[in-house]
Amino acid sequence: MMAGTTLLDIKGVQTYYGNIRALNGVDVTVKQGEIVALIGANGAGKSTLMMTIFGAPRARAGTITFAGTDITQLPTHEIARMRIAQSPEGRRIFPRMTVMENLQMGASLDNLKHYDEDVEKVFTLFPRLKERITQRGGTLSGGEQQMLSIGRALMARPKLLLLDEPSLGLAPLIVKQIFDAIRELNRTQGLTVFLVEQNAFGALKLATRGYVMVNGNVTMSGTGKELLADPDVRAAYLEGGHH
Amino acid sequence: MAVTTSPERDIVATPMQRATREALYAGAIALGLFVLFIGLRTDQNISNELILVQRWWLLAVVVVLTMAGRFLYVAYGQPFLANQKIVDVATGLLPESMATRFFRLPYFIAAIVIVAVLAFLAGSLDGLLGPGLAGYARFLRALAIIYALASVMFYFRTFIHAHFSALGITALALYPIIVVLVLALYGGSVAAGFQGSLKWVDNYGIQILIYVMLAWGLNIVVGLAGLLDLGYVAFYAVGAYAYALLGTQYGLSFWILLPAAGAMAAFWGVLLGFPVLRLRGDYLAIVTLAFGEIIRLVLINWREVTNGSAGITGIPKVTFFGLMTFNVSDPNYIAKVLDIATSSAYYKIFLYYLILGLCLLTAFVTIRLRRMPVGRAWEALREDEIACRSLGINTTTTKLTAFATGAMFGGFAGSFFAARQGFVSPESFIFLESAIILAIVVLGGMGSLVGIAVAAMVMIGGTEVLRELDFLKQVFGPDFTPELYRMLLFGMAMVIVMLWKPRGFVGSREPTAFLKERRAVSGSFTKEGHG
Repeated sequence: MMAGTTLLDIKGVQTYYGNIRALNGVDVTVKQGEIVALIGANGAGKSTLMMTIFGAPRARAGTITFAGTDITQLPTHEIARMRIAQSPEGRRIFPRMTVMENLQMGASLDNLKHYDEDVEKVFTLFPRLKERITQRGGTLSGGEQQMLSIGRALMARPKLLLLDEPSLGLAPLIVKQIFDAIRELNRTQGLTVFLVEQNAFGALKLATRGYVMVNGNVTMSGTGKELLADPDVRAAYLEGGHH
Repeated sequence: MAVTTSPERDIVATPMQRATREALYAGAIALGLFVLFIGLRTDQNISNELILVQRWWLLAVVVVLTMAGRFLYVAYGQPFLANQKIVDVATGLLPESMATRFFRLPYFIAAIVIVAVLAFLAGSLDGLLGPGLAGYARFLRALAIIYALASVMFYFRTFIHAHFSALGITALALYPIIVVLVLALYGGSVAAGFQGSLKWVDNYGIQILIYVMLAWGLNIVVGLAGLLDLGYVAFYAVGAYAYALLGTQYGLSFWILLPAAGAMAAFWGVLLGFPVLRLRGDYLAIVTLAFGEIIRLVLINWREVTNGSAGITGIPKVTFFGLMTFNVSDPNYIAKVLDIATSSAYYKIFLYYLILGLCLLTAFVTIRLRRMPVGRAWEALREDEIACRSLGINTTTTKLTAFATGAMFGGFAGSFFAARQGFVSPESFIFLESAIILAIVVLGGMGSLVGIAVAAMVMIGGTEVLRELDFLKQVFGPDFTPELYRMLLFGMAMVIVMLWKPRGFVGSREPTAFLKERRAVSGSFTKEGHG
């Protein structure tokens, strides 16, 4: 697929939790080869959008198209089989399985065809994981768990990688390592990344384009640089001082 | 019985004072608890009137024993335990420091001498000591044998630990042969050997292996896939009735009906799986519990087919792969074909090897499946269902295959059970059976085949041993039936294991993915009681 073509197209998506509307018709586009960041405050609906892409909860209105296919009504595992991988909120690694077993689970979509090769790639990206291969997932530190979660997602050879708050609860140094790894993946392998972040500064610096979400609506969009320079964005998300 | 004391007083009190005080508290609590349980008892007199029997002496004994126990525990037990690890973390056995004190050569020799002397006197024990003391002597002999065996195992512990599975399978394969040989030497004839082996092969061997197989089957559902199933006995029942009905009505052979019973149980497993797909944990447990009861109630009430509570009798025996039979009246009877003495032990020994084979099949399939995508998906499903789905795993089919595979082995065990008993009735498939199987899985360590086998041996073997403790009648009176206390044994084992080894006998799980070479896993554990 050529660079610049639309990979993920979210149009007018509305999602409800019971009768409470969490997303009020969201439009987001992710093009091939981009890193797109979605920033916003707690409860804005960022993670809900991420989960809606995966069909749980399902969008009540609007369409989600991936590489030309409508995936709005597909079951979650079918969506994953379109080669959309996710490092979900809270990382959700398998705590009693070893690091290797976690990675192996990630490769099950790929039927373990490129298993050895991909495991090496993940270890090159995150050398820390290699030191931990026989340790069980639950005993890893938060940063290592995040690395494992991303590594596991990469094992499926995804066309699109969704990251839900990869910096959550991590030390600044680890956050930098993880953001560097994402940039590296995008640059060398052309991997398309869509990430949701509260760490607006880091995410917008990393991103090609960004969206700002407030109360279930996308209120602003632009390139990462534009948003970083925007006075409203600065006031709401950056001058608070934590990044 | 936690007795709280104020901390300031603890500092000044010596262990002896503290022990005395806690013993008094314990005595008071025991008195309050047992005054109505033990001190008084209702009975019927000769004219069928309800009367109150007072048993104050028995109450006094219980209270004094409680006080003495508490005193000894606080004064000596607690300080001792504080300095000792009583259970080794890695092996779950006594730590070296304790074990070397417990297993010593002089003790071992003494045990052997006791066994030899008592075995020599076996026939004349009753005459020498009277029936009461002879009972104790036999119990002492059993203890000495167990101690001697434990000493040998302790001496070769590293070897045993290194080759556990191979040794275990060899021991199980040789077990009936050794039993027959030992008893033949003991009784002086081969016939006596076969006759005496019945109890050991049937009551202990086959009984335990049936539960090993059931627990390994349930382990797939509960231990690997993490789906709490309280109605597993339903699949056991389906398998048993499938063989009982088809075998008696259509005269089909066991070897055709064994796979058929497995397939039917698997079908019912899928049928149970569908409605519970969205449920987990407590909710799933309740629905599976209800499912087990539904099957049992159908078996009781559908009289036209199942013959209700009376059950089905005359279930055909298993044939020796169709070549020979175990029916004395049959022209192909094994003793006639092979021209050997008639004995009912052949059938039991054959059944023993049959269930051993079925067990090994279960273990083999489980081990292989764990290394295949579906088995790995089961384990991932146990860990995190949402993560599974986002990795492209179809959780619906994964759950259904877990239910179906577990149920299939339950069905195999059920048809074997029917063939062994020759009779099935709904009474064999009550909820308590499900609870026992689940207890074995939990005690053994969820997901661990070796641990579960050991747990089944201890729990089922233990309840069988209770039947042997006739000498306890001397202590508690002639009405005392030790086997009624088997559930107490289960409960005690549960409490002790969960206190000391919350992950079960074998708490580590073998990983299935490796980079280059296999390496031991640090801190890899199966499910544990807390958290």
